[in-house]
Amino acid sequence: MAGARCGAAGAGRVMLRVDMQHRFGDFALDVAFAAGPGVTALVGPSGAGKSTVLGVVAGLMRADRAVVQFDGQVLQAPGIWVPAHLRRFGVVFQDARLLPHLTVAQNLGYGARFAGVSGDVAGVAESLGVGHLLARRPRDLSGGERQRVALGRALLASPRMMLMDEPLAALDSARKAEILPLIAAVKARGIPILYVTHSEAEVTALADQIVRLDGGCVV
Amino acid sequence: MSDWLSPAEWLALTLSLKVAFWATFASLPFGLLVGHALARWNFWGKGLLNAAVLLPLILPPVVTGYLLLVTFGRNGAVGAWLYQATGFTFAFQWMGAALAAAVMAFPLMVRAIRLSIEAVDTRLEDAAGTLGASPRWVWLTVTLPLALPGVLAGAVLAFAKAMGEFGATITFVASIPGQTQTVPTAIYEALQVPGGEVAALRLVMVSVVVAMGAVVASEWLARGVARRVRGA
Repeated sequence: MAGARCGAAGAGRVMLRVDMQHRFGDFALDVAFAAGPGVTALVGPSGAGKSTVLGVVAGLMRADRAVVQFDGQVLQAPGIWVPAHLRRFGVVFQDARLLPHLTVAQNLGYGARFAGVSGDVAGVAESLGVGHLLARRPRDLSGGERQRVALGRALLASPRMMLMDEPLAALDSARKAEILPLIAAVKARGIPILYVTHSEAEVTALADQIVRLDGGCVV
Repeated sequence: MSDWLSPAEWLALTLSLKVAFWATFASLPFGLLVGHALARWNFWGKGLLNAAVLLPLILPPVVTGYLLLVTFGRNGAVGAWLYQATGFTFAFQWMGAALAAAVMAFPLMVRAIRLSIEAVDTRLEDAAGTLGASPRWVWLTVTLPLALPGVLAGAVLAFAKAMGEFGATITFVASIPGQTQTVPTAIYEALQVPGGEVAALRLVMVSVVVAMGAVVASEWLARGVARRVRGA
């Protein structure tokens, strides 16, 4: 990674610190930012590298070079690698990724056992408006219902931080309007959120801090 | 059926079922390990492992039987050591027939398992990992359940192949009634005896019924599990 580094974005009180470089063919990603409590929106056009950054923070992919710290703990650095299952980050993917062989209730409770908490599956399901769907399988749910379950599943695993990868991108505007307040409620619970999006409307509604990416750089 | 078959034929049938069951049951963990390794891991010698697994499918069965004999026979490279250390030998024992059947059926089992594991969406495994599941738990709670239809199909296919195994079995453990004589070797023996065609025909019919039953059961099982996995 020769050449000048891209810009960086900072925050007041730092929860998450990311400094990474990665190359895919001709595309070079060079990103450094610090995220505070509340919602940090990672914004940019398609192909800017937002989801790659989120994947590195989640521990789902390794960058060529990366330093990731959360609340003072080094999760990734040269010679250090904390695997995804030990990072305790709740991830909500654009495509929900519910486990198709499990019911909604089993999906919701999946992470709670690893977090060592009993997890109020019924309570969380009710609060997300999917309490009546507990016995169903993911294939019988609408896109909006799947995202609600994915949100609940991540919350029930007692995350230290939520990572959301364009969670509303595949939904129509009515479903977006229903789910946005649920994400705001997560923020209100004091869980920091790294929110990847290319929607300015979502940024306006949720973000406390904005990190803009373009062409692989913070701009 | 015991009235219809002679005691020797009945013995051959029950032994075949026992050999096929143990060949399948004992090789399944190895099949899962090798199938997973070939589907998901990158390591030096992967091509070699794949070739070694497929070898019994390509080699003449008699060659596989001979290789088993020189390896696991009482005077074989591993067999001699095993006999000295434990007093156990595969030679002329039903467990030798099970070993031969397992080796011959292994490529079919591994291929089915490998394909079914390759078909599992790794993004679902990633999602489970972010929820705190260690790689072992992800495998047990996501990969294996989603691959289960293929795993079961592979196991039933291996069972059917083990039921029909002939060449490697007769080369490795011969055809001793009550010890190593399975249905295929009993059919062969019957055809060597003048007037043995009727006995051979009875065993052929039994083979067809068992094979058909295995195929129908596998289809039914795989369809049922696939429905459950897809969440229908």
